[in-house]
Amino acid sequence: MTTLTYHAPRTREEAVALLAADPTAKVLSGGTDLIVQMRGGRAAPTAIVDIKNVSAMMSVLGNDGRYSIGAAMPCTGMLRDEGLCKAWPGVVEAANLIGSVQVRNRATMGGNLCNASPAADSIPALIAAGATVLIVGPSGIREVPVEQVPVAPGKTSLTAGEFVVEIRLPVRPARSSDAYLRSIPRTEMDIAVVGAGVSITLDEAGTCTAARVALGAVAPTAILVPEAGAALVGSKLDGAAMDAMAAAVRAACRPIDDKRGTAEYRTAMAGVLAKRTALIAAARAKGEA
Amino acid sequence: MSKIAVSTTVNGDPAEFLCDAGETLLDVLRGSLGLTGSKEGCASGDCGACTVMLNSQMVCSCLVLAVEAEGKSIATVEGVAEGSVLHPVQRQFLEHGALQCGFCTPGFIVAAKALLEVNPDPDETEIRYWLAGNLCRCTGYDKIVRAVSAAAAELRQDSKAQRSAA
Ligand SMILES: Cc1cc2nc3c(=O)[nH]c(=O)nc-3n(C[C@H](O)[C@H](O)[C@H](O)COP(=O)(O)OP(=O)(O)OC[C@H]3O[C@@H](n4cnc5c(N)ncnc54)[C@H](O)[C@@H]3O)c2cc1C
Ligand code: FES
Ligand code: FES
Repeated sequence: MTTLTYHAPRTREEAVALLAADPTAKVLSGGTDLIVQMRGGRAAPTAIVDIKNVSAMMSVLGNDGRYSIGAAMPCTGMLRDEGLCKAWPGVVEAANLIGSVQVRNRATMGGNLCNASPAADSIPALIAAGATVLIVGPSGIREVPVEQVPVAPGKTSLTAGEFVVEIRLPVRPARSSDAYLRSIPRTEMDIAVVGAGVSITLDEAGTCTAARVALGAVAPTAILVPEAGAALVGSKLDGAAMDAMAAAVRAACRPIDDKRGTAEYRTAMAGVLAKRTALIAAARAKGEA
Repeated sequence: MSKIAVSTTVNGDPAEFLCDAGETLLDVLRGSLGLTGSKEGCASGDCGACTVMLNSQMVCSCLVLAVEAEGKSIATVEGVAEGSVLHPVQRQFLEHGALQCGFCTPGFIVAAKALLEVNPDPDETEIRYWLAGNLCRCTGYDKIVRAVSAAAAELRQDSKAQRSAA
């Protein structure tokens, strides 16, 4: 039997060195996926690199309207930052749909992203938000859009020795907001059958000037649907524009059948859910919700 | 295989233990620390029977590595009563018959106490959402929800009495 070692580095450099030195090493954030996988034999690392003691990993920083969220910040911790909740309610609500209070007190968006489940709740919300992640590794630091991190179920584009240190949210323009909804059999403690994240910006007359629509659980990874966002731009979110958006959403779906829903049901629901989500985001953008 | 030495605080008292890197906090609480109040129902974060407070945050101890407890403070169901005086949440669980087999009860007690610390007057929906991570196969939850409501009312009375006495 190989022995498992535990490391709690204090700096990014130490963490990178530990990860680069052992190809089976795993990053530990909240452990709500990793520890379950280790118990079930699906993950068998020989080293665990706990990143929660690395500085700034557990903080939210607002700067000139931009937000940087430490990758190991627990989901419930974000609720304590009023500015973040006001600027990005959809991202905060998506992260706070994960599991139970017990789970969310540990679970992080960094872990949700790097676990790369097709049904992960915070990923579509982050993609809709136009979020990026800061990744550090042996060859330095790079910033990539969230949608480029998961590449297949359980697989990311991170290379040996790399880990995510920060999630970055851009400046929120005026009359702009976001929302996330998921469809699940239970209201808590279940996995999304479909998830939809929408971020919308309106002008003074209420016409949509920018929109990003992202989906979860309808493809091998969470996906951005640029055609769906484009269908809303220039409209007042009237019936025809919303129908065109929903059609673009359905066209982008490549779901599987499983015990939670058939491919056909997921595709139909994705359109419905994207509309509902867009209406919530728009109401928030107008300051009505 | 060398064991890792961990020093922590459990229910207010310093505690030290040796563990392997892969052991969970629940393993150590129930094993070397002999605190068998926290239960293992699923070992996957789904049932909440292992709920403890870790630095004042409620967590599933089956999803925390024991080594992570270094320098932290842990509160378990064993520390909820003060000596032989039950906490209002515990008393109301008995009063309302909010348990049958009792396996889920320690987790519910820790979670309900945590709720009332952040929200002294929760409505039924708030109670049900907060306790969504605690499963009970016996009671049907109704009596649990009523017990938590009653404990909340009792605690509000107590703090009112304390305020008027002061
Ligand atoms: C009972 C229960 C209910 C759940 N419900 C939901 C739900 O409703 N919705 C949902 O989306 N998920 C759910 N999950 C899954 C899980 O809680 C989330 O995916 C969570 O966000 C994972 O975060 P973590 O910090 O716990 O990750 P960890 O378990 O610490 O890590 C997950 C994976 O990502 C890697 N990793 C972690 N952080 C980094 C980083 N910064 N850089 C690089 N790699 C990293 C780890 O090595 C590991 O492979 C649930 C889990 C449980 C146990
Ligand atoms: S034993 Fe920890 S949640 Fe079930
Ligand atoms: S009383 Fe038996 S599981 Fe709750």
